[in-house]
Amino acid sequence: MKKTIFLGALTVAGLTAGAAAAATLDDVKARGKLNCGVTTGLVGFAAPDSNGEWKGFDVAVCRAVAAAVLGDPTAVEFVPTTGKTRFTALASGEVDMLARNTTWTFTRDVDLKFEFTGINYYDGQGFMVPKDLGVSSAKELDGATVCIQTGTTTELNLADFFRKNNISYEPVPIETNAEGQQQYLAGACDTYTTDSSGLAATRAAFENPGDHVILPEIVSKEPLGPLVRHGDNEWGDVVRWTLNSLVAAEELGVTSANVEELASAAGDKPEVNRLLGTEGNLGEQLGLPADWAVKAIAANGNYGEIFEKNIGESTPIGLARGLNAQWTDGGLLYSPPFR
Amino acid sequence: MTTITDPQKQDGFRLSMLINDTRYRSLTFQGIALLALIVAIAYLGNNLMTNLRTAGLNISFEFLGTPAGYDINQTLIDYNSQSTNLRAAWVGVINTLLVAFLACATATIFGVIAGVLRLSPNWVVRKLMALYVEIFRNVPVLIWIIIIYTIVTVVLPGPRGYLGEDPEREMLLGMFAFTNRGVYVPAPISEAGSAVVVAVFIASVIGIFAYRRYATKLLYDTGKLLPVGWPSLAILIVPTVLVYYIMGQPISLDMPDPLANRFNLKGGLQIGAPLIALWFALSIYTGAFIAENVRAGILAVSKGQTEAAAALGLRPRRIMGLVILPQALRVIIPPLISNYLNITKNSSLAIAVGYADITATLGGITLNQTGRAIECVLLLMLFYLVISLLISAGMNVYNNAMKLKER
Repeated sequence: MKKTIFLGALTVAGLTAGAAAAATLDDVKARGKLNCGVTTGLVGFAAPDSNGEWKGFDVAVCRAVAAAVLGDPTAVEFVPTTGKTRFTALASGEVDMLARNTTWTFTRDVDLKFEFTGINYYDGQGFMVPKDLGVSSAKELDGATVCIQTGTTTELNLADFFRKNNISYEPVPIETNAEGQQQYLAGACDTYTTDSSGLAATRAAFENPGDHVILPEIVSKEPLGPLVRHGDNEWGDVVRWTLNSLVAAEELGVTSANVEELASAAGDKPEVNRLLGTEGNLGEQLGLPADWAVKAIAANGNYGEIFEKNIGESTPIGLARGLNAQWTDGGLLYSPPFR
Repeated sequence: MTTITDPQKQDGFRLSMLINDTRYRSLTFQGIALLALIVAIAYLGNNLMTNLRTAGLNISFEFLGTPAGYDINQTLIDYNSQSTNLRAAWVGVINTLLVAFLACATATIFGVIAGVLRLSPNWVVRKLMALYVEIFRNVPVLIWIIIIYTIVTVVLPGPRGYLGEDPEREMLLGMFAFTNRGVYVPAPISEAGSAVVVAVFIASVIGIFAYRRYATKLLYDTGKLLPVGWPSLAILIVPTVLVYYIMGQPISLDMPDPLANRFNLKGGLQIGAPLIALWFALSIYTGAFIAENVRAGILAVSKGQTEAAAALGLRPRRIMGLVILPQALRVIIPPLISNYLNITKNSSLAIAVGYADITATLGGITLNQTGRAIECVLLLMLFYLVISLLISAGMNVYNNAMKLKER
């Protein structure tokens, strides 16, 4: 019996490590499908809609990559992952990339051997409390019971925040956002903490969103972005520059409405031409067709369009652009030049 | 006299004898199987190491010494977010052992009661117990854990009702609070001299056993019947209470404090809702299995035994206690061992309700925060293996003591 378990574990570990070394871009092309790791369901970021079709801000990144590589934004297999399973799924090759509000940290990048390919959302950790609790600052939460998704950076930030302010709390570890929502509403905890974008998305799904407030404190930096396995730089470049193309497209005024027209012939803006493949050979350098960025942008629109459609102020989630505006508008979004 | 089979000529060992000779054949096959197993393990191990090296990873247990960085809600030993991952793993080990011990005890009680009552002559009781057994053992334990946790969190009131100068809810006897986050009870605080009180209490318990043994011996030797009930109670209580007051009341109670903060009761002993849900679900689920073992054990004792005991004038309760159960135990104990092992292993479902057992700390949060999956899983396997073997060994000692001694 014990030998069987041991053998099983070794097999899994062996397979795990074995799959990680292959060239992902060729694999994806051969498979004709992109395996993309997403959350198990966070409205606005990644959740299946009423037709079972995955929609959201992170989903759009997966679709853009699939469009750039395979020419088809629907050629994506979405693999739902929890905070606990996401890294194993990526390391084992079960998914080709993770687009799952994952915070870029030193250890994840260096020690866990992943490569973050950019930042698609600048976030920070916040707290949500019921309005009738009368709490107006996170520093008043001394003695509170806190629901927290386990295996996340927020778990560590939470411990740091309370230690720094010399106040105490009781953690209630939970596995998924849905579970956290249920526990919080059942009153098993006084406050729910996660990235403030996640809180807004969760609150939007409540029956009475107005009964809950998100406290003003942002206790951490949470740069969220897609990531791939370390050591496959060609694939990393594809994901990185697909994301950059969406950001650059917004800056350059390329939208899903005008991208086809702009790509039909070289125009008078050299960077737009290079981005859309009417000038130079950027696509070829990535190992992709010349119109890779056209396909990526046509899939869901540029960064601004994706933001507005999924989590922007006109949606129930209602997030302002804030730090996620273009650098020209006072935000932090800044794509390196396409040349 | 002629014999048909001549003894074989001992002209040494031939290679073909390994297959053809029954004396060697089994050894041959065992040897081959062992060799194959070793080769397979070596292959997989080598594969693992090679692939880890290719991926630039290594096996290292250094993470156990680094600060864990996260907090745990229920800890029986000192722990904070700056403690090491090893310490966090210990917290998990102790929590696992705690819930396994509690659940084994209550599951046995539930199981024995339900098993005996399933054979009751009373139709209603019998059918009720059958219903309990069938419902609980046919639904997965994870579902029961979640159902019970949900019931606890939804049915019981939030702790805020108990808080403040003028609370909406009164604590039971001013000491017990039942909230959806757990049950708060007074905690004993030891001061100087409390050890003496505890020692006297333990001595009294031993004294009760000594007295009972003496009473039985007296009964067998002389036929004189000493009262047992009230003297036992007196031995239990009187010396302890006397010493408690003589030593100047060295043990006081720490009451749950409703004024500590605006969110939760503070102080006292908090038995968290996750622990309650897990404990209750494991006991009631495994209790259903144990009930069936007990029933099987009792049915294994021949009906003649009951009738003979009844003919001697024993009442039904005595028949069960003195005649049937001691014989039934021989049948009950071996499957009981495997039920105890199941409880211990099923306790790893704790994370479903946020109880910090070893799977949740070492195999969950630590694994996630450090990314050391292989190391954590190996340690987990080792832990469950050791614990299961220890339980097995302990129960086997008990089984050997109980089993039929053949003379």
